[in-house]
Amino acid sequence: MVISTNTDLSFSPLGDRALLVEVGDHADPETVARIRELADHLARLDLPGVLDFVPALCTIGVHYDPEQWRDESKVRTPYERLVARIQEALPDLESLGVSEGPLREIPVCYEAEFGEDLTALANAHELSIEQVIQIHSGAVYTVYMIGFAPGFAYLGPLDERLALPRRETPRARVPAGSVAVANQYTGIYPADLPGGWHIIGRTPLQLFDSSHDRPSLLSAGDRVQFVPIGAAEFRDLRTGQ
Amino acid sequence: MAAQVIRAGLLTTVQDLGRYGAQRFGVPVSGAMDRYSLRVANRLVGNADRAAALEITLVGPVLQFDSDTLIALCGGDLDAVVGDKPLPMNRPVWIARGSRLAFGQCLTGCRAYLALAGGVDVPEVLGSRSTYLRAGFGGLQGRALKAGDRIELIGVSESYFPGLRESQAFSDEGFAAPNWSVRVDAERLMLQPQRVRFVAGRHWQHLPSGVRKRFVGENFRVGAASDRMGYRLEGVDLDKHGFGDIASEAVAFGTIQLPPDGNPIVLMADRQTIGGYPRVGEVASVDLPLLAQLKPGDTLRFERIGLGEAQRLFHLQRSALAQIGTSIMAAGSQ
Repeated sequence: MVISTNTDLSFSPLGDRALLVEVGDHADPETVARIRELADHLARLDLPGVLDFVPALCTIGVHYDPEQWRDESKVRTPYERLVARIQEALPDLESLGVSEGPLREIPVCYEAEFGEDLTALANAHELSIEQVIQIHSGAVYTVYMIGFAPGFAYLGPLDERLALPRRETPRARVPAGSVAVANQYTGIYPADLPGGWHIIGRTPLQLFDSSHDRPSLLSAGDRVQFVPIGAAEFRDLRTGQ
Repeated sequence: MAAQVIRAGLLTTVQDLGRYGAQRFGVPVSGAMDRYSLRVANRLVGNADRAAALEITLVGPVLQFDSDTLIALCGGDLDAVVGDKPLPMNRPVWIARGSRLAFGQCLTGCRAYLALAGGVDVPEVLGSRSTYLRAGFGGLQGRALKAGDRIELIGVSESYFPGLRESQAFSDEGFAAPNWSVRVDAERLMLQPQRVRFVAGRHWQHLPSGVRKRFVGENFRVGAASDRMGYRLEGVDLDKHGFGDIASEAVAFGTIQLPPDGNPIVLMADRQTIGGYPRVGEVASVDLPLLAQLKPGDTLRFERIGLGEAQRLFHLQRSALAQIGTSIMAAGSQ
């Protein structure tokens, strides 16, 4: 059932109306960049009956209408026909230039009123609050994937010095804009949501707006750097939106 | 104008065929749980399949019509009445201005679809009128209907099934319907345990053989915490399967996830776009409408089929729907 190709992509069905293209076997910025290039390339093909591309850590999900890929002679299934069409259209992965995604700067206020768990995180790692802020804002992250909620970006890799398992008891409500960490990720809550990550700050930016054609500020493959701001600037930026 | 909501019912939302194209931004597809019933209801009133209709769950609303409206009710039987007369299902019904449509108890299934000619008029969000409750967008202000809401329609089809409006029943009873209906397999809807066919996924072969055997050999029960996002299945001890989280990847309508506690979760219309639990496989699309009509406490049994078979069955279902559509169109102009 799994179809392999010479470009080390493999395909597998995800039920009768979707399939998975496996691009790599573990999540890292390079795999994510390859997935981004490939997903963009696939989207440009404008394949009939293809409804959605869903990039994730090592795979791209392709949702399709099997009725559009029927073989009247019934020799091949719609799945096999679509896979064959994608394979034909795929450039050699090596020749597909893998470029870095655009860099987006996200202002974050790390002050205590927003970063509820910052002190606890610093204590757990025997760091000062300043060191935590410096480590967190000193790195450039890659958007590994968008999921969990509309516009929720998983950013990685997080510096091991800040890694902490999720809270044992999730909060019923984490305010929109909260910047948080858990395990090897950092992320931003795009709306008021329940959540178990450790909150270390808040951004005034709006991460998700369903009234926009492109509703999410971030896309898989984008790069992100956090820029520390003070509470006054937070309020200015907030009002300016 | 079409109708006023007098009582909202348990969970009545505006749904269409779902929101595609934004899953890469983490936006769930949503849409009707039982898309087959939605499509049939829409065709009965001359709408496109993708028109927005009302999805009515377990306990239905009370609607007061303020203009003559062509409607159709399909899916689960939630005991619809106009005055003291049952409202016949699975056929076009002209309902007269001033009539009141109410619902009683849930008789079969769990969700009914009320299509109104022209389609429910709410703004499109990211290409769909479906309500996504969790994030509060789509549908009517991103929420379920409540008392006092107005249901507006995009257009009114005066010319579909015109004869019904001229009948004696229309003026006497406040509604008129033909004596035919679209054929639905009502007995299949009542089957317990319900047979749900699935296609094995790429983790299937890695699951312990004991887990695979019990998965297809025993009856599951739909858990109380089941909702539009997912059905939690209980009653079968699948053990801990020793298969940790996987690298999160796309999921589909009908993906059967297996969390570490061994109780499967079938992802439904409001599922998230990606998931990190191992998967047993995916429910065959042909059986999703039946699954969507199961309510907490109902039982089901899984039957494994091949991908080719699942895609063939899906095609047969679509062909049957097209035939139904042709018959309705022929009848509708008379």
